Amino acid sequence: MLSRTFPSREALRRLPFGLADVAVILGTLVLLALIARVGAGTLVSFVPPNVLPSVSLDPWQLPYYAGRSTLRMFIGLFISTSFTLIYGYVAAYNRRAERVLIPLLDILQSIPVLGFLSITVTGFIALFPGSLLGLEAASIFAIFTSQAWNMTFSFYHSLRTVPPELSEAVTLYRLSSWQRFTKLEVPSAMIGLVWNAMMSFGGGWFFVAASEAISVLNQKYTLPGIGSYVAAAITAQNLPALGWALLAIVTVIVLVDQLFWRPLIAWSDKFRLEQSAGADAPQSWLYDLFKAARVPKLLGQALSPIGEAINRLSTSLIPQPNKYTGSEKPDGSDRLYTFVLLTIIGGLIIAGLHFVLTTVGLNEVMRAFGLGLLTLGRVLILLVFATVIWTPVGVAIGFNPKLARLLQPVVQFLASFPANFIFPFATLFFIYAHISINWGSILLMALGSQWYILFNSIAGAMSIPTDLREMGVAMGLRKWHLWRTLIIPGIFSAWVTGGVTASGGAWNASIVSEIVSWGDKNLAATGLGAYIANATQDGDWPRITLGIGMMSLFVVGANRLFWRRLYHLAETKYRL
Amino acid sequence: MATTQVNDERAGNEVLISVEQVNKSFPLPDGKGEFKVLLNVNVNVRSGEVLALLGRSGSGKSTLLRIMAGLLPPTEGQVITNGQRLRGANHDVAMVFQSFALLPWLTVQENVELGLEAQGMGRHERWKRALKAIDLVGLDGFENAYPKELSGGMKQRVGFARAFVLEPKVLFMDEPFSALDVLTSENLRGEIDDLWNAGTFPSKSIVIVTHNIEEAVYLADRVIILGANPGRIRGEVVVDLPRSHDRTSDRFKALVDYIYTVMTNPEAEVTGEVAMTPPKVRSRSPYAQPLPHARVGGISGLLELIAEQPEGTDDLPRLAERIQLEVDDLLPILDAAVLLGFVEVNQGDVKLTEIGQDFATTTILRSKDLFRQQVLKHVPIMVSMVQTLREKRSGSMREDFFTDLLDEYFPREEVERQFATAIDWGRYAELFEYDANEARLYLPQPAATTASEPV
Repeated sequence: MLSRTFPSREALRRLPFGLADVAVILGTLVLLALIARVGAGTLVSFVPPNVLPSVSLDPWQLPYYAGRSTLRMFIGLFISTSFTLIYGYVAAYNRRAERVLIPLLDILQSIPVLGFLSITVTGFIALFPGSLLGLEAASIFAIFTSQAWNMTFSFYHSLRTVPPELSEAVTLYRLSSWQRFTKLEVPSAMIGLVWNAMMSFGGGWFFVAASEAISVLNQKYTLPGIGSYVAAAITAQNLPALGWALLAIVTVIVLVDQLFWRPLIAWSDKFRLEQSAGADAPQSWLYDLFKAARVPKLLGQALSPIGEAINRLSTSLIPQPNKYTGSEKPDGSDRLYTFVLLTIIGGLIIAGLHFVLTTVGLNEVMRAFGLGLLTLGRVLILLVFATVIWTPVGVAIGFNPKLARLLQPVVQFLASFPANFIFPFATLFFIYAHISINWGSILLMALGSQWYILFNSIAGAMSIPTDLREMGVAMGLRKWHLWRTLIIPGIFSAWVTGGVTASGGAWNASIVSEIVSWGDKNLAATGLGAYIANATQDGDWPRITLGIGMMSLFVVGANRLFWRRLYHLAETKYRL
Repeated sequence: MATTQVNDERAGNEVLISVEQVNKSFPLPDGKGEFKVLLNVNVNVRSGEVLALLGRSGSGKSTLLRIMAGLLPPTEGQVITNGQRLRGANHDVAMVFQSFALLPWLTVQENVELGLEAQGMGRHERWKRALKAIDLVGLDGFENAYPKELSGGMKQRVGFARAFVLEPKVLFMDEPFSALDVLTSENLRGEIDDLWNAGTFPSKSIVIVTHNIEEAVYLADRVIILGANPGRIRGEVVVDLPRSHDRTSDRFKALVDYIYTVMTNPEAEVTGEVAMTPPKVRSRSPYAQPLPHARVGGISGLLELIAEQPEGTDDLPRLAERIQLEVDDLLPILDAAVLLGFVEVNQGDVKLTEIGQDFATTTILRSKDLFRQQVLKHVPIMVSMVQTLREKRSGSMREDFFTDLLDEYFPREEVERQFATAIDWGRYAELFEYDANEARLYLPQPAATTASEPV
């Protein structure tokens, strides 16, 4: 009897606290405290043009600024995810909505996000008068627009390609729409969603930096953050401060990767649709820690009745409809629907054309078109150079598995590193070396976008089967011959993917690359990007509309006329 | 009459699901009419029976099962279940899938609980029932495993447990053993049969879709044979054997032989309780008659195997077992051989014709000549293609021309397969050449054509 009063060995082992639990609890507390501290800053008062927040160049303030930017990134990610789930779901399951939503998404994806800033900043400031929340919201919106489209496409695509037998099983076992969503649809989309979110998140740093300090309608807006810190350092011509900012952003990216994305990817691996165990599952020390700790499991058990209740409630609210799924038949009202759609689209185009033509005239349109051609030239030069330089490097890395494993995370990091943190250094170099920004801007645009080509070349080279490569060696194929017969066809489709991403990134970057400054020295190139940036600064609405419209036209045109054909070629002829 | 004891115990002969005058067609691409998958189908599923739907690929057997499950709406006709017309997923039914269809992110236990959870059953009750079902299929100890940790056979056991736990009136199985290796499927099939025979089976009847003739005769009390193009019921065979069906019995062998013969002769009448002649649908266009999907290599391989047998004759079930080919893979090859006049099929036996014997044993050049001769004699589509090419002065034609003709009669995927088969045969017979890059067909160089005048 006495021995019963002491905790037995099993009971001790079952105690809910281990070292891992201590770490998890402490970590959670620290995170909450940080969010509270950083988040409080968003509510300071702001009454332009008299009360403006300023940015101190003291390096000790940098962690705080970096925290503010990071918080914005995560809020943006949260909104993007919610948007993705709703928009993707509606597009996949409502045939009529799909016909509007998917082309719309395609267009939104091609519109240069940075050109938007002017519109959104003014809008959001009006929405939250007397508070920084307006600027905050505008910045988050910029991040959102850089993340959401990719994620939504990925989710929509996953919904459309849920394995039919799984879908049938779920229908036959009478899962409600909600259960279907949580048990089948979201899980089967999870891996694509997480990867796309991670990639878009990397791209988001560029926009957070660009959106924190902008001039719109002849008014400078500054939002405390790492991007505005860089902007202030440029105005003050303070090189050490720039160095510190660089260090800070590298630290933040590595931290977010280790503390957020790695664990998430390791966790999402269980949603792999293959029915057999993968060869090498992604690893994360933090995820292992979570799995070792008992607190998350206990918490999960404690919360499971709530989950049950939600499930039951949703099941009774939206039970499985007793009708055949996906059996909507087209009928007469479809024609009316098409007609209404076409009328609206036509009306919008006419209104836009009318606005532009009556305010700036046809000459201005031709000028914008000419500037577009200049920027197009830059994008092409960039693609050619990036291909010539990075494809051989990528293939060399890809053919060497050890090197590839080592370097792939590095390249991934480079791709997500916001190039605009390097801009000031490049600008200084241009000034001292007397390089015209008309050429220099190509380099600036390349800083961010070239990595996609490298990244995909590595992936493409890795996908060439070893026996084909050995065949090449055995046949005695040399250098150029080997490239022509094996390597180029082998990496072609990967290169197309890289190329289309790189060119999209380059167009977007042109808005910040064609105009750069160092202190009071301004360098402006002739091009569509500079045109949009200037119009934004002056608050010239017709020119903003024209510029953005023209750039979208170029991007969409290039996609339709050029990239889509290459895709087709890659899919039909050069598929491995 | 040897109806089984088990059958009589459950009996009642109550009709659980009845399919009435069902037609199903899918629209062809580009609005070119529709492709008929099922034509005028009537089936009753009775309480206490195991019913097999047997047919080759393209006979619409899986489509029929899905219409009965309420996963697909019939184009015409209706399905009655529980006295009511079916308007959505059939709640009297649970299904076991060929690919298992387990959610990889849920454990075995969670997968089995899925259907119960959807019914809003409490946690404890759910857990208890799931454990019982998992126990029934012999998977205790694996409750917390994820599907990817399990072998194929174990995954399908989870599939069965997930269906059992719902205690459906009718259990549907869609080729449940065909994704498993031979030994595993044999084992699992035996266990399911034992469960049924023991009278403890959690459902009142079973409908199994299969293309495996022996499996159908082994498991089913009644085998419904479906024909293809369009899918229709050719007739049914009652397996009048005591359960469990003894594979070594002469009656079993006779039934299997009979079904083999019927299935290799698409025109033959299936006699049984409800004998019916298949409606003859023959259109005049050479492009309406489907080629069996068989590569020349497969055909000559088969012929060589048969040629090794005494008198160039082989028993079909034995042949299938020896070369470990599924019926779905074997039959198209056999069909092609029959079509080309290389073999004859009779009473479950396959016999080489004289030409077939010659083809199987001669040199490659001569066999090409023989093949060309037979193709031009027996295969109208190939004759038409060659004629079209000859009529063109350039001796060449775009691929689209032919695929468009095929498009009139087949859905897109089938068109591609038909075309690929025609190309394979035409290339081997040196009737024409095909350039995939230009998507064009050519007559071979004149020197070669002189040898290939049609008969």
